[in-house]
Amino acid sequence: MTTISAWWFLLVGGLVTYGWRAAGVALSGRIDPNSALMRWVACVAYALLAGLIARLIVAPQGALGETALWMRLSSAGVALIVYFIFRRSIVLGVTAGALWLIAVTTLVGA
Amino acid sequence: METRSPHDPQAAATWTHDFGSPSGAGRAGAWAAVGAPALVLGASYVGFGAFVHQSGLTFFQAVASTTTGWALPGQIALIEIFAAGGSLLAAAIAVGLANARLMPMVVTLLPILREGETAPNPRLVHYLSAHFIALTGWAISMQRCPDMTPGQRLPYFLGFTLVIWCATLFCTALGFFLVGVLPPTVTLGLVILNPLYFMLLFTIDIVRRDRRWALLIGVVLGPLLHMITPEWGLLITGLGGGTLAFLITQYDRRRQLGRGK
Repeated sequence: MTTISAWWFLLVGGLVTYGWRAAGVALSGRIDPNSALMRWVACVAYALLAGLIARLIVAPQGALGETALWMRLSSAGVALIVYFIFRRSIVLGVTAGALWLIAVTTLVGA
Repeated sequence: METRSPHDPQAAATWTHDFGSPSGAGRAGAWAAVGAPALVLGASYVGFGAFVHQSGLTFFQAVASTTTGWALPGQIALIEIFAAGGSLLAAAIAVGLANARLMPMVVTLLPILREGETAPNPRLVHYLSAHFIALTGWAISMQRCPDMTPGQRLPYFLGFTLVIWCATLFCTALGFFLVGVLPPTVTLGLVILNPLYFMLLFTIDIVRRDRRWALLIGVVLGPLLHMITPEWGLLITGLGGGTLAFLITQYDRRRQLGRGK
């Protein structure tokens, strides 16, 4: 049951994603990518993604959801601090945040 | 590698990159992808593979997601909504909204890749190539291809994106496999890679006036609406929060213009 419905999700997800790309090919040269409509589309995508990322940290599913909230929030905090200290290095920030989460879950227990 | 075409005086004047032949351009694109782009994206997909495993899906579903739905934010949204027990419709709309930005990306890049072509309408090769337009390959091609000899741009783009696509496929499989092998706490570190990565990526965009409000409103509304309606929370965040952000941004723009700036 679960397996079958996950495949349906993947199929629909793939079709929707490719649909946008094909629409882009068909419309190229005919629409202005900087028009108000396209700016609205960008705003909707960014708001949704920002909400998704916040939700993945505040209320994740699976094993991550079994960790304490402070662990996930402090991991995000460490990532941000290291990112800003080391001249906006995304690689170092992400690495530090992930290592922090591994350390606290190992020491305190998830 | 950067010799100028002797036959075309215009090329010498405007296009500073010539790889000799389309296949040479393809190889140059492939080499440009090896290293930082493949590594950074690869790490994200190791995290994605681990995330898919943690969400209860199978190995082949993880690889199928990267094969067909290649664009990480939409992939994460899809898996997250599936794991949270959301409906197929909610997932389809969320993926649609998360990936809608692919359309204007294709619209801006394709004319650059097709420059010099005489046929007015896009052909099958363009529809197939469009599958490989995602953030990394798009940004690199937007930056580099305008300087290249027309006719070598599409091969360069394909060489570049095919390498990072294959790298992401391999890393999705690797991440999925590692969940069963690594200690559970290390797995948690892998699963949080992508939320942290996108958080930092968006932190850069906060300074951009046209994205700031969408990001800030999204961060607040996302978890808040999740508590009220887990199923539709993300969609309301995107449509409602995004529209609100758009209106604020439009108001901002008009005020700026009104000031005579």
